[in-house]
Amino acid sequence: MSQSFSDGNAATQYLTVNLADEEYGIDILAVREIRGWTSVTRIPQAPGYVLGVLNLRGAIVPVLDLRLRFGLSREEYTGTTVTVIITVAGRLFGIVVDAVSDVLDVEENNVRPVPDMGTAVDTEYLKGLTSIGERMVLLLDADKLLQPQDAQMLDAALNAVGDEKAVA
Amino acid sequence: MSTVSLAQFHQVFFEESLEGLDVMEAALLALDQGGDAELVHRIFRAAHSIKGGAATFGFPDMAAFTHEAESLLDELRDGRRATDKPIVELLLRTVDCLRGMFDRAQTGQPLADAQSDELRQQLAATVGRTVVAPAGKAAGKSAATSGWVIQFRPHPGMLAGGNDPLRLLRELGELGQLTVEAQLDRLPALDALDPSECHLAWRIELVGAATHEAIAAVFEWVEGECDLSIEPMAQVVTPQPASVVEAVAAPVVQNVAAKAAAGSNDSGSVRVGIDKIDGLIDLVGELVITQAMLDQFREDFDPSRIALLQQGLAQLARHTRTLQENVMGIRMLPIGSVFNRFPRLVRDLTQKLGKQVKLDMIGEHTELDKTVLEKIGDPLVHLVRNAIDHGLEMPDKRRAAGKNETGTLRLEAFHRGGSIVVEIVDDGAGLNRDAIVAKALQKGLIQSAEGLSDDTVNELIFQPGFSTAATTTDLSGRGVGMDVVRRNVTDLGGSVAIKSRLGFGTTFTITLPLTLAIIDGLSAAVGEECYIVPLVSIVESVQLRADAVRSVVGGGELFRFRNEYLPIVRLHEQFGCPGAKQKIEDGLVIVVEADTGRVGLFIDGLIGQQQAVVKSLEANYRRVEGISGATILADGSVALIIDVAGLVRMQSRRKAA
Repeated sequence: MSQSFSDGNAATQYLTVNLADEEYGIDILAVREIRGWTSVTRIPQAPGYVLGVLNLRGAIVPVLDLRLRFGLSREEYTGTTVTVIITVAGRLFGIVVDAVSDVLDVEENNVRPVPDMGTAVDTEYLKGLTSIGERMVLLLDADKLLQPQDAQMLDAALNAVGDEKAVA
Repeated sequence: MSTVSLAQFHQVFFEESLEGLDVMEAALLALDQGGDAELVHRIFRAAHSIKGGAATFGFPDMAAFTHEAESLLDELRDGRRATDKPIVELLLRTVDCLRGMFDRAQTGQPLADAQSDELRQQLAATVGRTVVAPAGKAAGKSAATSGWVIQFRPHPGMLAGGNDPLRLLRELGELGQLTVEAQLDRLPALDALDPSECHLAWRIELVGAATHEAIAAVFEWVEGECDLSIEPMAQVVTPQPASVVEAVAAPVVQNVAAKAAAGSNDSGSVRVGIDKIDGLIDLVGELVITQAMLDQFREDFDPSRIALLQQGLAQLARHTRTLQENVMGIRMLPIGSVFNRFPRLVRDLTQKLGKQVKLDMIGEHTELDKTVLEKIGDPLVHLVRNAIDHGLEMPDKRRAAGKNETGTLRLEAFHRGGSIVVEIVDDGAGLNRDAIVAKALQKGLIQSAEGLSDDTVNELIFQPGFSTAATTTDLSGRGVGMDVVRRNVTDLGGSVAIKSRLGFGTTFTITLPLTLAIIDGLSAAVGEECYIVPLVSIVESVQLRADAVRSVVGGGELFRFRNEYLPIVRLHEQFGCPGAKQKIEDGLVIVVEADTGRVGLFIDGLIGQQQAVVKSLEANYRRVEGISGATILADGSVALIIDVAGLVRMQSRRKAA
């Protein structure tokens, strides 16, 4: 399918978003929707980067602030601040970014591995980087944004509940 | 190709067949009580459908197995054999065995096992004992040969009946290796040929350990539309029943992949009555009309027509509410589907224990949410088993007590308010207060029985750890896993109550919410946030004066509520809400109750009562302790629903820490 967008070389389309003067790419097939920033309902006991949940046509969707996720400082939410709704492995979640900018065709052989330095971001969440002219785009690994730590936390929480039941 | 296209019907076949088995079981139980010929017909029809389906959908061993049962039923139907207890017993075991087969078919395992094999022989033997069957055929039924010669000569009109010889041959091919020879002797000249008729015949050599009935099952639908002979091959015969299993297992394995693919979407399904669907369609029609009417106001709004607008909005509200109710109704199923298993259970248990019990079931048509229904089965079975095992006495003991020798067990379901009530009533010995008290003292659950009401004592059997195997005999046995029953019910948002009189019996009352999808709740403000507290768990809300609260060592707070001291849970601390009221006299304390205890929830104030459609947080996020889900408020924002039991647990853990 992705081949239909390119001239023979396998290409993937990425939605690029801006975050703290850098440009990140998200696989466009994972993007469900882009919406303006709206306030969310805070959830107790959530890690700091989970802002809360919002109502996406009846589904309860958690929203993470990508800046906080990457350990950057939180900016004021402005008119360009958007929430990108992403679906990964059947789960929906939103990420808050400073702005969306572009859709890029990235050919597989233009993706280079991330050097283990130089960016403000933990390389764990990146699957590579590419350059378009002068611009460098960091490609996000959407699967890892809410995971794996959160999956572990989820398991731990469920186990704790299970233990309690066993005791009770 | 054909396997794949058939696999999509497997689920439907399974569902229908399992329903058929339920019918068979119910009819057999009725037959056991002395029923009429119509019952036998009903059982026969159910068995026949399963056999036909099994053959069509590629479960030859299931078809073969059912065929034996059908032969036996045929004798009953024709009155060649009297329906007695052993026969009913045998057929009930057949039903169980078929259920097992369906379970295995759904997971793609080989269908036949040692049990089904033995039962099948037993069925065959039972049939063979009285029926004057052609000796050769009877022998062929139970024995396997190394091959068969099949002469298959369709009548010219067979195609018109929708039967495809090619399909038959393909099915035969699943039984073993085929050598097919077409016989063209009936083929007319081209100008005389009627293409809608079948002019071919086949001589088929089937090498393999297939049984006679497996082959006959293939041709089942064309009986009477063809000349058919099935003869063992010349170099016969290894009468090894064990090889039957291997032979039938082989084709099943081939189907596993297709089945696994078909079974992967096990999201469950609901059968919905066509009237419910029609109702929905009508309602949606009404909604569209109302919408069209309101639409007029967009073009042409005139203050003089404001009454019409109000009327339209009222209509819209009414339709929306009805639509909501009806859509919820789709998830509602009659509780009879759970009750159905009890006649069998009661029969088996009473036979085993030598007791006499009459089972009354009332209100089977009461409808419950599917989720609730699926989870209420086990607790009910537990209670029914307990009632028979320990509640109802042996016949001689009953006679000595001046009661009817036959005990009565009543299962009743009915609506009360917004809940469903299920009662399990027995007229047995009742709970023995002294024995419970003794046990509770021994376990250290109570210090003394003085001043405890009977109800309080009875409540003790729900205590975890109260029940041990040793208590079952000396206490009329109630209490085995009663805490599990209670927990299961409370997990569904319901409650269990018990009433008992020594010598007169025991009544368990289970109260369940109609649905898990919508709850009544109070919205509570905490700081800038809003939480929903389920109405069922709210006891009372009180405004406390500052001096009504005692601080205890370790930072906890208690207040006196009626005759007990309850801990205060400050919701804003528990959930870290900013901007909440800090002073106890400024806010409100809601006394909430879970099965694990009561606490006072300190909140800023109540906003109002509302119905909340429960949404899962876990679907996209994860479980949050103290939160049972989320709901969407009128303004479209999300509010979290408080899990009272979870909060009480958190509180007691904090106390322990």
